[in-house]
Amino acid sequence: MAKITFIQPDGTSQTVTGDIGMTVMEAAKLNNVEGIEAECGGACACATCHVYVDDAWRSVTGSPSAMEEDMLDFAFDVREGSRLSCQVKITAAIDGLVVRVPAKQF
Amino acid sequence: MTDSTDAAASETIETDVVVIGAGPCGLFAVFELGLLDLRCHVVDILDRPGGQCVELYPEKPIYDVPALPLVTGQELADRLMEQIKPFEPKFHFSERIDGLTRESDGRFRLVSDQGTVFLTKVVVIAAGGGSFTPKRPPLPGIETHEGTSVFYSVRKIESLRGRDIVVIGGGDSALDWTLSLQPVAKSMTLVHRRDEFRAAPHSVDQMRALVAQGKVRLAIGQVTALQADGNNLQSVTLRTADGEEALPCNAMLPFFGLTMKLGPIANWGLNLNENLVPVDTERFETSEKGIFAIGDINSYPGKLKLILSGFHEAALMAQAASRIVNPGKKVLFQYTTSSSSLQKKLGVK
Repeated sequence: MAKITFIQPDGTSQTVTGDIGMTVMEAAKLNNVEGIEAECGGACACATCHVYVDDAWRSVTGSPSAMEEDMLDFAFDVREGSRLSCQVKITAAIDGLVVRVPAKQF
Repeated sequence: MTDSTDAAASETIETDVVVIGAGPCGLFAVFELGLLDLRCHVVDILDRPGGQCVELYPEKPIYDVPALPLVTGQELADRLMEQIKPFEPKFHFSERIDGLTRESDGRFRLVSDQGTVFLTKVVVIAAGGGSFTPKRPPLPGIETHEGTSVFYSVRKIESLRGRDIVVIGGGDSALDWTLSLQPVAKSMTLVHRRDEFRAAPHSVDQMRALVAQGKVRLAIGQVTALQADGNNLQSVTLRTADGEEALPCNAMLPFFGLTMKLGPIANWGLNLNENLVPVDTERFETSEKGIFAIGDINSYPGKLKLILSGFHEAALMAQAASRIVNPGKKVLFQYTTSSSSLQKKLGVK
């Protein structure tokens, strides 16, 4: 289990737990985190589970694969910490992860 | 009428069934309906069959289609197309059904965005997550400019002659439009978030050559706001590593892929529940007799959005559809394995 905190654009935050091996998107959907749409269900095919990984956590979550980078072209307001949460696996190392939800997925 | 295009557009197609959506459930519906001698026209907004399976994950494996331990989205669509071939469905791709009304004789009149008119006894909505539509960037005020200075496709290149054009994106659509609109543009700027492009290498090379000649400006960054004088788009705010600037723009083409929206189905007078169409679980019929909904678009207690569930729904729907198209005709339940009449329909020699 790992704890993940989602911060909404209005500053409110929600901390959820997810099982090791799940994705951050799945943990968000299971806990009804607002703003994570995941239209394609986790196939890295829609860019509607876009999040910003907090600076402090970027080295832990790693960087996007080439496929994810391509799909990030379909997200709006992509920044340095941008990730598709369906591509971020939950590991013991990310316990405490903080991500921000964009104002709009689209 | 001498113009064949006009003639085609104004012709009314009379049929037993119109299936809306050519995803796996819509395709399999053609099969089940075909076994009961019902002929189908299939309409889809995309330019080929397969729906989400082909549009979203053509190469991704699916593991839960019965008897196929692993099948890709594209393979599944290809196999379904092969399976329904004996029934000769008529496809209408790149078309969306906009209007649905009931005629006095009980049939439905469907009108597509291309002007095609269908008169049908049964409608099967197999529209999945809705129709694929271009993503609208969440820029305040953008909707007021759509069709006048914000475009997701262009019918006539000439219509944008002399404009300050900004194309956003890094795929084939963005590159193709950059290249084809550049000759008529007053200025052409391609905005993309990174200096890497998914588009065909050949188009990227052509774009870079135009950049080198000063005919296209390539800006690595993003558009963050629009400025308009009343309804006239004047400029966009371009944010790059160097900061922000106002980029003159009176035609913007954003390409951020497609998303699914319920679309015109919402206006057909059907009961809806959170953008889904409630149905019964015997016939998968909507609140309107003769209009059925199968696959991801429907809802009922215990609904699972699985391809295999949609196939089951198609089979039961077809029985009910048959009773509407051929009232009074007994629907004989038969197996394809043993029924010579079904095998004849399937073209089994």
